[in-house]
Amino acid sequence: MPRKAVSFVLPRLGMPQIVALIIIFAINSFLSPHFLELRVQDGRLFGSLVDVFNRGAPVALLALGMAPIIAMRGIDLSVGAVMAIAGAIAASLADSHALGFVLVCALGAGLMCGLWNGVLVALLGMQPIVATLILMVAGRGVAQLITEGRIVTFANTDLAWLGSGSLLGLPTPIVLTLAMLVLTLLVVRGSALGLLIEATGGNSRASALAGVGTRVITIAVYAWCGLCAALAGIVAAADIMGADANNAGLWLELDAILAVVIGGTSLLGGRFSLVLAVLGALIIQAMNTGILLSGFPPEMNLIVKAIVVLAVLLAQSPRLAGLGLLLRRRRP
Amino acid sequence: MTPPETVPLLALRGFSKSFAGVNALDGVDFTLQSGEIHALLGENGAGKSTLIKTMTGVVARDAGTMQLDGVEIAPRSTGEATKAGIATVYQEVNLAPNLSVAQNLFLGRQPTRFGLVRESEMRRRARTLLAEFDLDIDVAVPLESYSVAIQHIVAIARAVDLSARVLILDEPTASLDAHEVTILFAVMRQLAARGIGIVFVTHFLDQVYAICDRITVLRNGRLAASAATAELPRMELVRMMLGRELREATAARPVSAPRESEPVAVFRGFGKAGYVEPFDLALRAGHVVGLAGLLGSGRTETARLVFGAERADSGSVTARGQQVTLHSPRQAMRLGFGYCPEERKTEGIVAELTVRENIVLALQARRGVLRPLSRREQDEIAGRLIRLLDIRPPDPERPIGLLSGGNQQKALLARWLATKPAILILDEPTRGIDVGAHAEIIQLIRALCAEGMALLVASSELEEIVTYADEIVVLRDRAHVARLEGEAVSVPTILAVIAAEAAKAV
Amino acid sequence: MVQPQQALPEARSDLRNGETPMNFKALNAAVVICGALVCSGAGAKELTIGFSQIGSESGWRAAETTVSKAEAKKRNINFKIADAQQKQENQIRAIRSFIAQGVDAIFLAPVVATGWNAVLREAKEAKIPVVLLDRDIDPSGKDLYLTAVTSDSVHEGKVAGEWLVKAVGSKSCNVVELQGTVGASVAANRKKGFEQGIAGHANLKIVRSQTGDFTRAKGKEVMESFIKADGGGKSICAVYAHNDDMMVGAIQAMKEAGLKPGSDVLTVSIDAVPDIFKAMAAGEANATVELTPDMAGPAFDAIIAYKAKGTTPPKWIQTASKLYTGADNPQAVYESKKDLGY
Repeated sequence: MPRKAVSFVLPRLGMPQIVALIIIFAINSFLSPHFLELRVQDGRLFGSLVDVFNRGAPVALLALGMAPIIAMRGIDLSVGAVMAIAGAIAASLADSHALGFVLVCALGAGLMCGLWNGVLVALLGMQPIVATLILMVAGRGVAQLITEGRIVTFANTDLAWLGSGSLLGLPTPIVLTLAMLVLTLLVVRGSALGLLIEATGGNSRASALAGVGTRVITIAVYAWCGLCAALAGIVAAADIMGADANNAGLWLELDAILAVVIGGTSLLGGRFSLVLAVLGALIIQAMNTGILLSGFPPEMNLIVKAIVVLAVLLAQSPRLAGLGLLLRRRRP
Repeated sequence: MTPPETVPLLALRGFSKSFAGVNALDGVDFTLQSGEIHALLGENGAGKSTLIKTMTGVVARDAGTMQLDGVEIAPRSTGEATKAGIATVYQEVNLAPNLSVAQNLFLGRQPTRFGLVRESEMRRRARTLLAEFDLDIDVAVPLESYSVAIQHIVAIARAVDLSARVLILDEPTASLDAHEVTILFAVMRQLAARGIGIVFVTHFLDQVYAICDRITVLRNGRLAASAATAELPRMELVRMMLGRELREATAARPVSAPRESEPVAVFRGFGKAGYVEPFDLALRAGHVVGLAGLLGSGRTETARLVFGAERADSGSVTARGQQVTLHSPRQAMRLGFGYCPEERKTEGIVAELTVRENIVLALQARRGVLRPLSRREQDEIAGRLIRLLDIRPPDPERPIGLLSGGNQQKALLARWLATKPAILILDEPTRGIDVGAHAEIIQLIRALCAEGMALLVASSELEEIVTYADEIVVLRDRAHVARLEGEAVSVPTILAVIAAEAAKAV
Repeated sequence: MVQPQQALPEARSDLRNGETPMNFKALNAAVVICGALVCSGAGAKELTIGFSQIGSESGWRAAETTVSKAEAKKRNINFKIADAQQKQENQIRAIRSFIAQGVDAIFLAPVVATGWNAVLREAKEAKIPVVLLDRDIDPSGKDLYLTAVTSDSVHEGKVAGEWLVKAVGSKSCNVVELQGTVGASVAANRKKGFEQGIAGHANLKIVRSQTGDFTRAKGKEVMESFIKADGGGKSICAVYAHNDDMMVGAIQAMKEAGLKPGSDVLTVSIDAVPDIFKAMAAGEANATVELTPDMAGPAFDAIIAYKAKGTTPPKWIQTASKLYTGADNPQAVYESKKDLGY
């Protein structure tokens, strides 16, 4: 009977993620009493909680692009490199061109990178992990070529606003991420894309025989991911007012994949949730911020993260849930 | 050839196995004598592979006993089965192609001295072993450098050398040419002469009559017949494989639609090299064309070609009077085709999606990404078809993987009915589903036909197909060999065509 | 999150090892000295020196390449640079080719510490002196090269610490530290050196220390969290960053939080890349310790002296770690550095 009550109160979907985020927030505010404090500074909200959302924005943006790809049993390892490319382009053009032109170029480059990945996967039949590995390696080289190995800085305050400005009292990256979430939701769930992606990921042969144009969808999904990665790259570059081709987005593809997985999407494809993928990114960032606030020696960072991720993933594991049920049943 | 009936080499009694409520094996008996070559026959899903898997411990049987030389055995893995004396050689040779012949023969039991493999000793023994099979090859080169036939013989030699008493050959001849088959047969005869019992799985009837002492036929998980080859005429055998009991079912047949109706689609010289010989086919509104033939005769292949799932390399297609190209399921779908494949789980359903999503999938795919069906429209379509086809439980939001086979099949039919197809292609629509759903699906086929849909149905259930088909295309060896219409659509005629052709080929 | 950076420390430590080294005579000083040397060596025949450079993985290394070329030109040396693109096999190939060409000396910026003995022995047998630049190799190869020109990253940290002690005076000061990548030897050394520098001054206390992975983005993020954890950052008196890039990020974070870096909060960092001088000129940064990109200059001098007079240089030539503050005309330094390729 307690089980019934619980299932009544809690929605089925997303519960582990929401609970995990709340627990991490609770731990953070225990470690750092100021964690939940918010104040207005220069016309925008200011506080650690805001930082979690703000710093989580790039990975959340990447996760928005990555989730549909993973739902189609694909993967995109190149998003970190695409971030570096887009950031490098934006930073190089920022002081000599109008913001609109800068954004079109940087986003366009991301779109082209995504199309390239999509064509390799969908038309040439390469395995996604191999196909995107090419751009993961080469892309950073391209970014270094653009920046000539230096950190290219810029003074264009319009572009900087995208990274460190504020809109409606919130840091711009948060607003951008929310807008992108809504846009992606509209594109994916407002059209039939979501259903066709999940069908293809769930059973690609059956979907092809049902007439689903899997190639076009695959290319579209990778292209969208490239676009999201480019936006993340622009935000990251705008944040530090410079493009650091060596470090921008470095290893963030792994964070993005993890965010999607924490968001409950299986690497074997099928069902996916954009909102939960973003939540996954926030869980990762809440943990990062918590570690920074805690004052633990930095040598502990990776261990703490590994333990928390393991805990979150275990909480989602259906087998573990089954085990828990079994134990409860055993008890008279 | 059969030795006097004493204690049989291998005796299975009452073998049963069910998967998810469907009986794959139902109380099957099987007896193998020493020195006997015993054919195990049956269509897809008849239970051959399940029988082999339960015999060799790959899957656990639900019921039944097994005696080897009168001693009860119950292997729980292929390793235990091999140790007990039952070895299996599969169609795809399960050896390591990159290792040498000698290494393959002695893998895991290499002769050693002081812990080191004695390579020369191993080669000498390998040569001796293969000499018994009249095979004189260089045993030091990788296995993959030899033909499939030789690889099979090496696999057999390894199996026999591992003290096999019973050798199971699972479709060993599927990829061999005629000459290689003779070599393999010579080896089989030699082994039989040594007292080894051989279970031979194949779907080439002429090979059965060429080499087997005894035949056991399975059908729908049950034992259909077991007889000495000499006592089982070819015609009788085909009937055993395809028909339960030969009732004369033609009487129940509805009157055929007038032949004169304009064809919805016409295929001329349509085919693909090495897949299906070029054929002519016309599909008419309100008309059912049946595809009949043994397993591997080209039934499924024809269906896939017609739907564009496999790309034809010859011939032309005319749909509603227009010359059209048919290179992909998408094109076929736009022309008003629908296709329910035989492999429901791997090619039909998307298990984790709901019944509703599975039902609207094809319609949505046809409308394209940018014209989504609203949730209300989806609910309406799914609800209507669930009621129409009586899909149970009638919950559109349940993942389809949780439904029974029959209800999954109905949902797949619903998927295509939602697209209001002009032509529906069904491959084995009643395979693996319970009796009740069986009857409902046949009724549905008739109803759709009456509504003016053109149907192409591939089926191994002859009594069934003759009750609804207006025209039957009989296939053999990947070619359309006969077209039966009107009075000729009957089980005996179909069997006669299949058997006659088979006889001619021997 | 399972941190990516995991793979990084190794690579980065290598990379930054180079950076650690030092700072010496500022450029203008170097110019003067070199000028003098050119005169003294004027009569000698033109030397040919091959340089196996790691690649151009960081701005500092690009600057090192630029400066090396300039220094060679000043001394009238025929200088050949082979870019190894971070691969040891390319470096070994380059060295062999230098030996085959019969160069007068070989400079090597080793990408890794081990695996050099065979090829260095070949150079030794060919009687070609080898000078290591900005990174050392495994001690087993000690007798195979002439000298190593590197900086001392412990010393750099110490210079930074000592500056802060002086700047703070006797008032009490809470210092936050932005560390380099965890596991990188440079980070450990700069931390150690800084602690030595402030040792014995109880009024200076490191209250927080986290890794910023040597990057601007992480430097900014970590500084943000320091400010929040401190309830607005009012009690933070100084920031010490293991490199300038992290400090540039930290300065942004402080400004966004309404703090005034350079006045409310003192800053001291290491490397002396151009951008920190820009901040210094704007009054937003206080001090930096240079890791000079001029490793080749001292190496050229050592080779010239060795060839001309047979003077054996010391086994380790430590580059100076020059301190720059707002008093050193940061705008001018920025101008002189900005085109070096940083």
